[in-house]
Amino acid sequence: MRRRDVFLATMILLLAWQLLAWLLRMEVLPGPAAVGQALAREIPRGLGRHFLVSGWRVVASIAVATLLAVPAGLILGQSARLNRIVSPIVYILHPIPKIVFLPILLLFLGIGDTSKIFMIFLILFFPILVVVRDQAGALRPELIYSVRSLGAGRRALFRFVYLPATVPAALTALRVSIGTAVAVLFFAESFATTSGLGYYIIVESWGRLAYPEMYAGVVAMSALGLLLYIVVDRFERRMAPWMFLHET
Amino acid sequence: MISVDRLTFAYPDQPPIFRDFTWKSAVCAAWAVIGPSGCGKSTLLYLLAGLRQPAGGQIFVDGQPVPRPRASTGLVLQDYGLLPWATVWDNVALVMRMGCFYRDKRTEGDAPRPYPRSDITSAQIEHWLRRLGIFDLKDKYPSQISGGQRQRTAIARSLLQQPNLLLMDEPFSSLDALTREDLQRLTVELRQETGVTTVIVTHNIEEAVYLGQCILVLGRAPNTEARVIENSGAGCPRFRSQPAYAQKCSEVRDALAVA
Repeated sequence: MRRRDVFLATMILLLAWQLLAWLLRMEVLPGPAAVGQALAREIPRGLGRHFLVSGWRVVASIAVATLLAVPAGLILGQSARLNRIVSPIVYILHPIPKIVFLPILLLFLGIGDTSKIFMIFLILFFPILVVVRDQAGALRPELIYSVRSLGAGRRALFRFVYLPATVPAALTALRVSIGTAVAVLFFAESFATTSGLGYYIIVESWGRLAYPEMYAGVVAMSALGLLLYIVVDRFERRMAPWMFLHET
Repeated sequence: MISVDRLTFAYPDQPPIFRDFTWKSAVCAAWAVIGPSGCGKSTLLYLLAGLRQPAGGQIFVDGQPVPRPRASTGLVLQDYGLLPWATVWDNVALVMRMGCFYRDKRTEGDAPRPYPRSDITSAQIEHWLRRLGIFDLKDKYPSQISGGQRQRTAIARSLLQQPNLLLMDEPFSSLDALTREDLQRLTVELRQETGVTTVIVTHNIEEAVYLGQCILVLGRAPNTEARVIENSGAGCPRFRSQPAYAQKCSEVRDALAVA
């Protein structure tokens, strides 16, 4: 994503929003100017803190999910026998909407950060695991043969072949999951907590019908997602420059 | 160098490819293995490389069994086997990095150390890249260079370990005619420079005759005996233009017809 493209996209969306606000002329949809003012007003008054709290929760979940799902996916991708046993378990657990466990998580992990981080971790873990496993399992045997013939054992294969080979796949899975992670975070923060963007939108603004403030929270949520996408993009360009050779 | 004694091998749920197959490579330094598709040429190479294990019989390379790949055997494959995410330099330097990775590994008994050498230096990498004519491409990724250049990279990587056996599985079959002849000539030169024993698997009669001082002709599976054609003219870079070359091609063609 180039800076100019992001700017252009933002302008198009703001224009569409403004047109819609003019057409509807309803208190429930204030225009971008009013929301912008609310945003500037609310950031020092607490919205900034809520943004940071939500950001920390998502980043912590992504970090834990990546640290656990990537090695697990690599191991399953390398071992057909283990994969045969574990795959059905993954396919049974993966489609369950993890959000249904929120009340149980709140019960066991409390209403603090841990329950929210664990919730998002659960959602991110499976897609990353499946994508990394498939990528590791799909490596051409010739590549493995040639590196093994250089004297590589299992550990060296893991370090020099499987791990770098799955970086782009893991980052793609992460990119796909960021939207879901932010959406779930919103839900998880909408009750039994006093911080985070979900709390700000539902309790602090929507609850008192303060629509410009509510939209300021929505904009902050979108900014959080965008920021995460940009970080993943940058990381990918750094970790997998060979993927971008044909770009002009 | 190579000794195959009563080898039996079959892929799961398949008829055997080798049954009681015995082959002694004696003193020949340049082997070519030829035969029809599915005859087991590549399988034989993988067995020699330690990437597959026989169901029966024994394989010895340099007097030792090969229960796993040994670092002193180089392997060059048709599709190059390069890491797509690494530059030409990094692909060749992989051997050096793996050598460092296994620096503290010791082996039991008198078997040679199977891990990559830990004394490889950047200067040696540069030497081989220059010798193979790809030093200027060192920062390019495999997708940015031609097939011939990729194969040169793969050969440089194999030779960096100073192997005493170089196995090549149809290494030039996906290259255009000129590049193929160029790399065949380079293979002859490198063998003379390094003294490495080469075993090249090919389905191309001209290539087998140009590169193989001894040509092992395999037939339809299961292979039970090693049929070897002596070809002392190979190894001379200008062999292709000599009458003996065409004569030998014809001899191999006849042998394949009855295989």
